[in-house]
Amino acid sequence: MTAPLRFHYDIDGENFTSAGEASVKVKKSLRQLGFPQEVIRRVAIAMYEGEINMVIHAEGGWAEVTVYPDRIEIVLCDRGPGIKDVELAMQAGYSTAPEQIRSLGFGAGMGLPNMKANSDTMVIDTKIGVGTTITMTVNVG
Amino acid sequence: MKIREIAEIAGAEVLACEDLVDHEVHSACGSDMMSDVLAFVKEQGLLITGLVNTQVIRTAEMMDMRAVLFVRSKRPTPEILELAKRAEIVVMATPMRMFEACGLIYESGLKGTGLK
Repeated sequence: MTAPLRFHYDIDGENFTSAGEASVKVKKSLRQLGFPQEVIRRVAIAMYEGEINMVIHAEGGWAEVTVYPDRIEIVLCDRGPGIKDVELAMQAGYSTAPEQIRSLGFGAGMGLPNMKANSDTMVIDTKIGVGTTITMTVNVG
Repeated sequence: MKIREIAEIAGAEVLACEDLVDHEVHSACGSDMMSDVLAFVKEQGLLITGLVNTQVIRTAEMMDMRAVLFVRSKRPTPEILELAKRAEIVVMATPMRMFEACGLIYESGLKGTGLK
């Protein structure tokens, strides 16, 4: 059996302009691999929201995408402040993003709920002062 | 509706990917919040926005959109246009306000997709 394809990306937390570059690369790779457009879009949106979150809240981190025949797994890991109240953060419209982020078009409190909506499973592992790891899977077909 | 027709209706200048203006789009959305575009938009080919930064193009790319129309005379930077060219997204700019641009384009036959 061949090992699953794995992509690793460092997310630069200093640079809002470059946020999303990893998601663009994943989108292109999945397209080349011939995955259905709807699957690619769900992966791209879920990962892009995660990338934006990492830049807004956690000064970056890393992302790892593993391609299995039946699913795509996305792991987003940061050493940020952690999420104080996950249940609250999952509520649509709840945001702790600074005003300046809203002027850039983000921070509407839709990131985490949208990541959940675009994935089939999502697990948030977070610890205050240590960081957050979010693991999402998107099923193929 | 062809992207070319949208540019005409909105009195917009095409700033990137002029070779792709004969592509068809079937619906549109208007928003300055990319968070909301990512959360609520589905199958829309045109994004009408007054927000100007690189993440507008990235958002459009994630959503498989074909064109972005900047309203209120906002001019995208060369960096934004370069990103759009790489993503093959047509960029247009109009002096019209958001409401006016959306209204005229809607009236001409391009619709939203309603509630999901």
